[in-house]
Amino acid sequence: MSEVLRLEGLTKSYGRTTVLKGIDLTVHRGETVCLIGASGSGKSTLLRCVNFLGYPTGGRVYLEGKLVGQEVADRSGAKTMRYRESELCAVRTHVGMVFQQFNLFPHMTVEENVMIAPIKIRGLSREDARKRAELHLQRVGIPEKAKAYPGQLSGGQQQRVAIARALAMEPAIMLFDEATSALDPELVGEVLLAMRKLAQEGTTMLVVTHELGFAYNVAQRIVYLHEGTIHEEGTPEQVLVNPQKPRTQEFLRGVTTFRMPEPKLAPAEQSNRGEER
Amino acid sequence: MAYIWNFHFLIQLGPLLLAGLVNTIKLWAVALSCGLAIGLVMGIFRTAPSAILRGIGAVYVESIRNTPGLVLLIWFFYALPILTGVQSSAWLAAVVSLSLYTGAYSAEIYRAGIASIEVGQWEAARALGFGYGNQMRYVVLPQALMRMIPAFGNRAIELAKATTLASTIAFGELLYTAKTIAEDQMRPLETYTVVTLIFTAILLPVSYACVWLERRVANSNGGTPRE
Repeated sequence: MSEVLRLEGLTKSYGRTTVLKGIDLTVHRGETVCLIGASGSGKSTLLRCVNFLGYPTGGRVYLEGKLVGQEVADRSGAKTMRYRESELCAVRTHVGMVFQQFNLFPHMTVEENVMIAPIKIRGLSREDARKRAELHLQRVGIPEKAKAYPGQLSGGQQQRVAIARALAMEPAIMLFDEATSALDPELVGEVLLAMRKLAQEGTTMLVVTHELGFAYNVAQRIVYLHEGTIHEEGTPEQVLVNPQKPRTQEFLRGVTTFRMPEPKLAPAEQSNRGEER
Repeated sequence: MAYIWNFHFLIQLGPLLLAGLVNTIKLWAVALSCGLAIGLVMGIFRTAPSAILRGIGAVYVESIRNTPGLVLLIWFFYALPILTGVQSSAWLAAVVSLSLYTGAYSAEIYRAGIASIEVGQWEAARALGFGYGNQMRYVVLPQALMRMIPAFGNRAIELAKATTLASTIAFGELLYTAKTIAEDQMRPLETYTVVTLIFTAILLPVSYACVWLERRVANSNGGTPRE
């Protein structure tokens, strides 16, 4: 398994506040890794450092084996990384990002949202870009909305368009930053199903989520973040079912305080419930 | 003692007034186009990541906005020939000063419009791999412009009224022409009444169009432009 992303000793501080305190993490091709943890544990900050929407303060980011940025010595002789925006623009074209708030471009149709980056950045013709948009809208299950404007779609549909928009750049890795947190509860499922489908198709994914059921069913690996460090890491079984560290146990106890039996539902047209493993 | 109104002479001198009106409209159109173009550049400067560009934008906007339009006009009328060495015309001084004047106010409209676009829009474009210029060009400006249209309409009306300032440097626009006619015929009341009516007739529809646009933009939430 070749590695797509490797983080070495990644740190990030804002002024005196250190949010990430040395993260080492590798994501392999075709793998889905879920980042879980309390608010403020640094999950989103970590994700934003991977596509450089926020610059890491220290440590290294390797994308497909290549170190991002140049290593330079600062005044005291210590080695730090210097990032040039032009290089980062190129890096970002290989990293797809899905935001909590969708952030679709409201002045463009769904199709145009998905086409614009392949046309303007990859230099695709409108025809090729349209075909590609069609393909990716198909993958997230809304090919019929190509000519609609984002404002005419439900939150779940908008988020799936946002996923298609990121996929259309054919990135090496997809990042999901709490992709379902801003959705009405009844719309969460359709987005999670689209994400599971991508994972099953072999998309490399790094997913920040509070949906532990999704993490359990879809991820190959779970990373539990606590106060800016990786506190516990392993298979879903290891981290979510048999957590070893007290912190992880406490977190899971808090998240799963109340539970209910599986609702007995008539089978939908296509089975779209996440099956147990 | 009732004043006896007499508009007859204006029928004869109509072509003269019309020529003045044409000059007013020319000045309006040219200064508005130049002003909006200058404003676009300066508005982008004012929101740029570079502190130097932001500084240039701020100095321009603040210095023009804190100078009376009339002073600006007169200053350019006398300063242009000295600065450029070319004998300047009233037309050139009027165009330059009114363009800069409109540019400063519209720069603020651009700045506010750009600032009103959510950070998430910038970030989404950035995450796709667009550089700053293209984030602005493809994502931020098109949305911001929609929201700015009503404000630009108001700016256009302000400028139309401000063109009358050019009468003070003897540019032959509507008011200056009217002044010559009024003095010549000794009929100021009739002449200026007609000037007032002409301005109202032109600007009232523009005003209504602005209100209509404002409502339309508000209804669309600054988002979807088409149904």
